[in-house]
Amino acid sequence: MTGESWGLLALLLGVTLLCVKPLGLYMAQVMEGAPIWPLRVGGGLERLIYRLCGIDPGEEMGWKRYAIALLAFNALGAVLLYALQRLQYFLPLNPQHLSAPSPDSAFNTAISFATNTNWQSYTPETTMSYLSQMAGLAVQNFLSAATGIVVAIALIRGLARHTVKVIGNFWADITRVTLYVLLPIAFVLALALVSQGVIQNFSAYKSATMVEPVTYREQATNAAGDPEVDRTGKPVMRTVTTRTQILPMGPVASQEAIKEFGTNGGGFFNANSAHPYENPTAISDLLEMLAIILIPASLTYTFGRLVGDPRQGWAVLAAMTILFVLLYSLANYNEQVGNPRIAALGVSEAATALQPGGNMEGKEARFGIAASTLFATLTTATSCGAVNSMHDSFTPLGGMAPLFDMMLGEVVFGGVGTGLYSMLIFAIIGVFIAGLMIGRTPEYLGKKIESFEMKMSAIAILVMPFIVLLGAAVAVSVKAGQAGVANPGAHGFSEILYAFTSAGNNNGSAFAGLSADTPFFNIALGIVMWIGRYWPIVAVLAVAGSLAAKRRIPVTEGTMPTHGPTFIILLIGTVLLVGALTFVPALALGPIVEHLMLWSH
Amino acid sequence: MRRKLSMFDRALLGPAILDSLRKLDPRVQWRNPVMFVVYLGSILTSGLWVQALVGHGEAPAWFIFNIAIWLWFTVLFANFAEALAEGRSKAQAASLRGLKQTVEAKRLADAADRSRVTPVRADRLRKGEIVLVEAGDYIPGDGEVIEGAASVDESAITGESAPVIRESGGDFSSVTGGTRVLSDWIVVRITANPGETFIDRMIAMVESAKRQKTPNEIALTILLVALTLVFVFATATLLPYSLYSVAVTGLGTPITITALIALLVCLIPTTIGGLLSAIGVAGMSRMMQANVIAMSGRAVEAAGDVDVLLLDKTGTITLGNRQAAALIPAAGVREEELADAAQLASLADETPEGRSIVVLAKQRFKLRERDLTSLHGTFVPFSAHTRMSGVDIGARQLRKGAADAIQKHVESLGQVFPKAVLSTVQEVARRGSTPLLVSDGPRVLGVIELKDIVKGGIKERFGELRRMGIKTVMITGDNPLTAAAIAAEAGVDDFLAEATPEAKLKLIRSHQAEGRMVAMTGDGTNDAPALAQADVAVAMNTGTQAAKEAGNMVDLDSNPTKLIEVVETGKQMLMTRGSLTTFSIANDIAKYFAIIPAAFATTYPQLNALNIMHLASPFSAILSAVIFNALVIIALIPLALKGVRYRPLGAVTLLRRNLLVYGLGGILVPFAGIKLIDMCLQLVHLV
Repeated sequence: MTGESWGLLALLLGVTLLCVKPLGLYMAQVMEGAPIWPLRVGGGLERLIYRLCGIDPGEEMGWKRYAIALLAFNALGAVLLYALQRLQYFLPLNPQHLSAPSPDSAFNTAISFATNTNWQSYTPETTMSYLSQMAGLAVQNFLSAATGIVVAIALIRGLARHTVKVIGNFWADITRVTLYVLLPIAFVLALALVSQGVIQNFSAYKSATMVEPVTYREQATNAAGDPEVDRTGKPVMRTVTTRTQILPMGPVASQEAIKEFGTNGGGFFNANSAHPYENPTAISDLLEMLAIILIPASLTYTFGRLVGDPRQGWAVLAAMTILFVLLYSLANYNEQVGNPRIAALGVSEAATALQPGGNMEGKEARFGIAASTLFATLTTATSCGAVNSMHDSFTPLGGMAPLFDMMLGEVVFGGVGTGLYSMLIFAIIGVFIAGLMIGRTPEYLGKKIESFEMKMSAIAILVMPFIVLLGAAVAVSVKAGQAGVANPGAHGFSEILYAFTSAGNNNGSAFAGLSADTPFFNIALGIVMWIGRYWPIVAVLAVAGSLAAKRRIPVTEGTMPTHGPTFIILLIGTVLLVGALTFVPALALGPIVEHLMLWSH
Repeated sequence: MRRKLSMFDRALLGPAILDSLRKLDPRVQWRNPVMFVVYLGSILTSGLWVQALVGHGEAPAWFIFNIAIWLWFTVLFANFAEALAEGRSKAQAASLRGLKQTVEAKRLADAADRSRVTPVRADRLRKGEIVLVEAGDYIPGDGEVIEGAASVDESAITGESAPVIRESGGDFSSVTGGTRVLSDWIVVRITANPGETFIDRMIAMVESAKRQKTPNEIALTILLVALTLVFVFATATLLPYSLYSVAVTGLGTPITITALIALLVCLIPTTIGGLLSAIGVAGMSRMMQANVIAMSGRAVEAAGDVDVLLLDKTGTITLGNRQAAALIPAAGVREEELADAAQLASLADETPEGRSIVVLAKQRFKLRERDLTSLHGTFVPFSAHTRMSGVDIGARQLRKGAADAIQKHVESLGQVFPKAVLSTVQEVARRGSTPLLVSDGPRVLGVIELKDIVKGGIKERFGELRRMGIKTVMITGDNPLTAAAIAAEAGVDDFLAEATPEAKLKLIRSHQAEGRMVAMTGDGTNDAPALAQADVAVAMNTGTQAAKEAGNMVDLDSNPTKLIEVVETGKQMLMTRGSLTTFSIANDIAKYFAIIPAAFATTYPQLNALNIMHLASPFSAILSAVIFNALVIIALIPLALKGVRYRPLGAVTLLRRNLLVYGLGGILVPFAGIKLIDMCLQLVHLV
């Protein structure tokens, strides 16, 4: 690993750590409704929203009502998004006169954006009108992020409160998060991105003539739009040559900001953050990475603050940070080492002043190894899914890093809200076993962990591996699934596994190489995204409700502290063990064997 | 019951082996979801073996046979662990059942008329019937003495050979069926129907027939089932993955069902799954070895969670009796003079306090004990009226008694009570001691300080408890001053002075309202409400029936200090579960390294790079992992039955220690174990 790689990591984590306390504190105050000036300024608008919607923000809900409100709100969002896409041809702000996406694609996209996954089976610039992007996708970018955050807040309340049955008012929570956290910061961030050159317009696409013609090969599709395969199952390729290039335009900056800040990840363009209109400079790249990590990291402080012991939050943050550094090292090291077959051709892969070295396939030359692998680790460790390099082109182990980041359950910072609540569930499971080992009924933050919490925690954590493994198993077994694979073999298996892992964890990044805009993948991944998002949410809310109703046990000498190094190691161990034990066999057949094959020659 | 059973007692092994076979009944297996998966796997592999025998097997028949056999062994070993734990409990129960011999009871139609007895079989006695028990008779059933007093040999249940007195009224009125009256007679009202007596319930409890899963056991089972499910999916999906890999690479053959089942069984937490119920049974039986009968496993488990211990001062913290510790003469009196008078006044006093005064005088001034008759003294016994005792020798009137009694006595003789003595009295009381005054006629000689003697080592014990996070509260009838002084000397965290049953109940409730778990001991009927309220309530076997009914444990030795052992046993049980769970899960890492390269050896030979143990062949690797998985259950049976040792080190140190031993150990041990088994298999040329 180069000095640049470490330096960039230190810069990102350093700035993040500086922001954790102020942003975490601000979010805590917003959720508590503290009398701070932003709440006074926005109070009028907030009250107006409540009045229009007939909401009594003071009326708190039990976990079941909270869950029903959340599910209804999200389902409605998905339905509206589906309708908007299907009707976009007839609606304004469509200078390219784009027709409606296919029903299965619209279904997939609607779920994808409602669940904060932002898996994009479509190519945005040739599919979505500006209205669909702004009023559909961007709105869901805000609301799905807010949904994740309020679930985390509800779980925090469950831990902080005692002997009450209520965990907050969903409508008030989601309004406050959107109004005071997401909107203002996304606004500032959008302006900052515009300053770096990110575009923001409603123009029609521009056409440019290239200096040299470009020839490339792509997988042929049949009349139905499905990728074609020959009799042996190999994809049919065709050669395309072109001289003109279309430059898509659009209101990019406004969507780019919340894409990262809400760990959504759905790009305005297909190339996502590798596209110069989305991510033009080194500064914009750093800003986007910071935007991805800020809320997930800061929520740990919000957590510590609201449970009345900031050390608890710092411990969780420490565990996340250590895991992050490990995962980044895995990706960065392997990318920097490069590909032995290229080295065998006499091509130097060493990092010098003139070249970043390593495996540069699929990476923007302007980002190099460090910024590409850091972005890749960050976007997969959080549930963002935006990309500035093509993960499919990583070396086998370098590509396994983002895959494994997701398999850990998106808890290494994780998605906004989801990262914290999933990590706290891991803490509950870790504390359960550790608590037994010191001879007491396990407790976390003074709350006894009993069978109901265990049942719900188990559901929250195990749903993901279940749907990911099952989805991938179905995909490799049916023709419609096998047909999408561009690189049969271990790598093709990785592609399918990656797609389902990304969907099951609501990440949304793609390994690429998989033609996923087919009815089979659209529907299968849509279902996986839906289950992967809402089953754990309901389980987490159930845990929150059950914990809130419990008495708080006072801390004694016999209580296991959950803020020291032992706890941090325990938490890291639990996350790694559950992730590794579940997915090692599958990984062995994908990236691990691919790596062994690559290096055994 | 008194006899300690060794871990693998020969008398227990035989029945345990038979029982493990009997437990192969699917209805029994179904109760343990983790082992049920192994059970199904065993059946399936046996089927595959038969298939291989008749011709078209997926792997060589000898290999499938070996896997199947060892899977069956895994099930049997788990059964054996449970059977052994139950066997030990049953052996303890059997010794209790010895008490249940059928005896003839002497039923009385009228409690007042002891001349008309009807003989009736003890096991036919109903609740409310009245029986006469005379010297040499066995008490026919649990009951309450309503008339008379007798010395009773209760050694059969307590192991204590000294007989105890049982009499009507008060706190010593309850008798247990199966014990024997040694002298005198008592009339007993039977308080339990046949089959519901104390011993019946004890037997039912230890035989585990009625054993229900405790809350924590249920929570752990949920976690284990969840892990099992995830491993079922992780392994089941390997088949399509493997089929796909074979199809696209065109190499090798897909993973065999046998290998998949072997992998699954190795990965699911069979170690803890197989030992879980044995740990629970062993917990109850360890309580039993400490001569504590727990009414439920839930009570044992709750004991581990106790935050507050309420301990009676007398008998638990201090020795039962106060002892003379110092002599403080009044102004103008020599200490030796006071000692002499105090000794003379106590010569005829046979109470422990009185004896201690004689002893103190002898120690301090070598005053030899004198014979009262040779001094021609007259003993003046203690009376409730004067509240003094003493001796009259010639003209001397030596008296000792409580301060106000002596003051009254002196003042009645026309003397002014010296103020200085009064302040000494208060001083002594403040120290937590009891002042006794000695007077010679109207002259006050000084004060004897009677001290509560705190039991040796008890302070260290409380320190240990504090490190365990347990707060100790001393309960005493003394005034707050006295109580505070003793509390400080004994090192308890808090005390409740001038305790009444209501005050005790209130204290327990207030602790519980703060979320604490409270344990207490008690014996009297007036303790019953507090016992019923406490989370862990140990009733003394010498206590009343009401106290025993209210508690959830009974201490047969009636030793209040036992509470500490009870807590430790509860903690041990939880620790054993947690440690074995950690060990079980940590084991999986090595098993992956053994099985994954082997299972896909034909498709992806490159995966052999992961065979870091250098296991000889794919067959040997899979078989070694399965054998290790089975043997580790047997190897850990002693630990499951004895329990992980509890050390009061504080939560963090304890956790770090156990994580290191069972977590890190759990990762490393199987690497060595599997390699060793692989080498043995090579030696015997099995693979």
